[in-house]
Amino acid sequence: MGVKKTDIVLLDDKGIRCDGRKIDEPRRIMIKAGVLKNASGSAYIEFGENKILAGVFGPRDVHPKHLANTDRGILRCRYHMQPFSVGERKNPAPSRREIEISKVIKEALEPAVMLESFPRTVVDVFIEILQADGGSRCAALDAAAVALADAGIPMRDMVSACAAGKVADTIVLDINNEEDQEGQADMPVAYMPNLGKVTLIQLDGVLTPEEYEKCVNTAIDGCKLVYEVQKKALHEKFFGENSQ
Amino acid sequence: MDDVKRKYVIPGDVITTGPYRAEDNVHLFEDKLIATTVGISEVFDSGVRVIPLTGIYMPRIDDFVIGKVKSHTSLSWEVDINSCYPGILPASDVFGRDFNPKTHELTSRLKKGDLVACRIANFDRSRDPLITIGDRDLGKIDDGDLIKISPSKVPRLIGKRGSMIQTIENATKAMITIGQNGYVVVSSEDADGLLKALDAIKMVEEQAHVPNLTERVQEMLGIKSE
Repeated sequence: MGVKKTDIVLLDDKGIRCDGRKIDEPRRIMIKAGVLKNASGSAYIEFGENKILAGVFGPRDVHPKHLANTDRGILRCRYHMQPFSVGERKNPAPSRREIEISKVIKEALEPAVMLESFPRTVVDVFIEILQADGGSRCAALDAAAVALADAGIPMRDMVSACAAGKVADTIVLDINNEEDQEGQADMPVAYMPNLGKVTLIQLDGVLTPEEYEKCVNTAIDGCKLVYEVQKKALHEKFFGENSQ
Repeated sequence: MDDVKRKYVIPGDVITTGPYRAEDNVHLFEDKLIATTVGISEVFDSGVRVIPLTGIYMPRIDDFVIGKVKSHTSLSWEVDINSCYPGILPASDVFGRDFNPKTHELTSRLKKGDLVACRIANFDRSRDPLITIGDRDLGKIDDGDLIKISPSKVPRLIGKRGSMIQTIENATKAMITIGQNGYVVVSSEDADGLLKALDAIKMVEEQAHVPNLTERVQEMLGIKSE
């Protein structure tokens, strides 16, 4: 799509990436909790050039009723990209990629949300991508977790997500769009920081067992950095600016 | 009061470790007591709990709540109690033991849109909560406006030993009934007083976290604080 940049240097000899970052440096992350008046909970995230809005409704009655679970609540998730979020207009109908990411985000949040507290109800998570630039599923998860906490849905732990990957034969943290397209591997990871458990891991590419190990650890380090930003967003909204 | 240790927490924060009981909004994992919602954690001698700063109302037995009738079947009314579960008010609670669906018409006592002051009689997660209006001070509310606030702000609206609510009632000559579920009924013969009371309640909800709220409310209502 667009002009093919054959000359882009993903990693130069000084260890600087195409957007000026070092190999273990994530992009700029900003999260604001409680931005939507009508949702039970919400969050807005800017992760590099990604701009994503997450809204949570619930727990509320399930319609259609046959989807309700008698002993626990259910989690429904919709990841949707706006037509203007990418360079070439994205058709608003759900694509296979969006359906996959919706499923994957739901499964990444389920271990954290204490659904047993709300049988016969549903928690709806809506994620709208306003601008996409690589790593949007991780940024979407980060916003969704903050929105769930903002809504007061009981959770065992927060969920923080960050991707790592292989670019120019080196394991780097937080792939952007160019690195995703021209790189060799992309591994998004979601992590529960206090419990120390991984709730999402996907790999797109080929890695040796040692590279895999290094990639997972790099991604988890990234998740811990994102967790600090999520914590700050919730503290700012509920406890005032200087509570930490 | 000073024995209670307080801390700001978000979901996943470890409040403390040790042989404590996990109370409201706290989850015990191994020996760690973990907060499950955003709020203020309190460590008592025997247990740990978190006072949530957000979230819907979860019915608790014996809570006093205000409900709005949504619909009815031939045997009960379904009442909106600001929770994910509707309150069920059985007809026998209102008509008595000799209730007969063939002869007693439910709408003669309560119809859609009516406000009721009730108590949660029974609740377990397998069923919708059962409510009752049988006791004194409970029953249909004839006049007043319904205003909705977040359930987590109800303690702030009541104030220490009822101080905040009394301040507002005295200044505006309005009668205010607060349900634990965040539904509040305000009634007054004086239209001005009614509006002032509604403004004061909104102010408490928006500024619940701000210190010296009582003084600000008194200022807003035009009372000189002693």
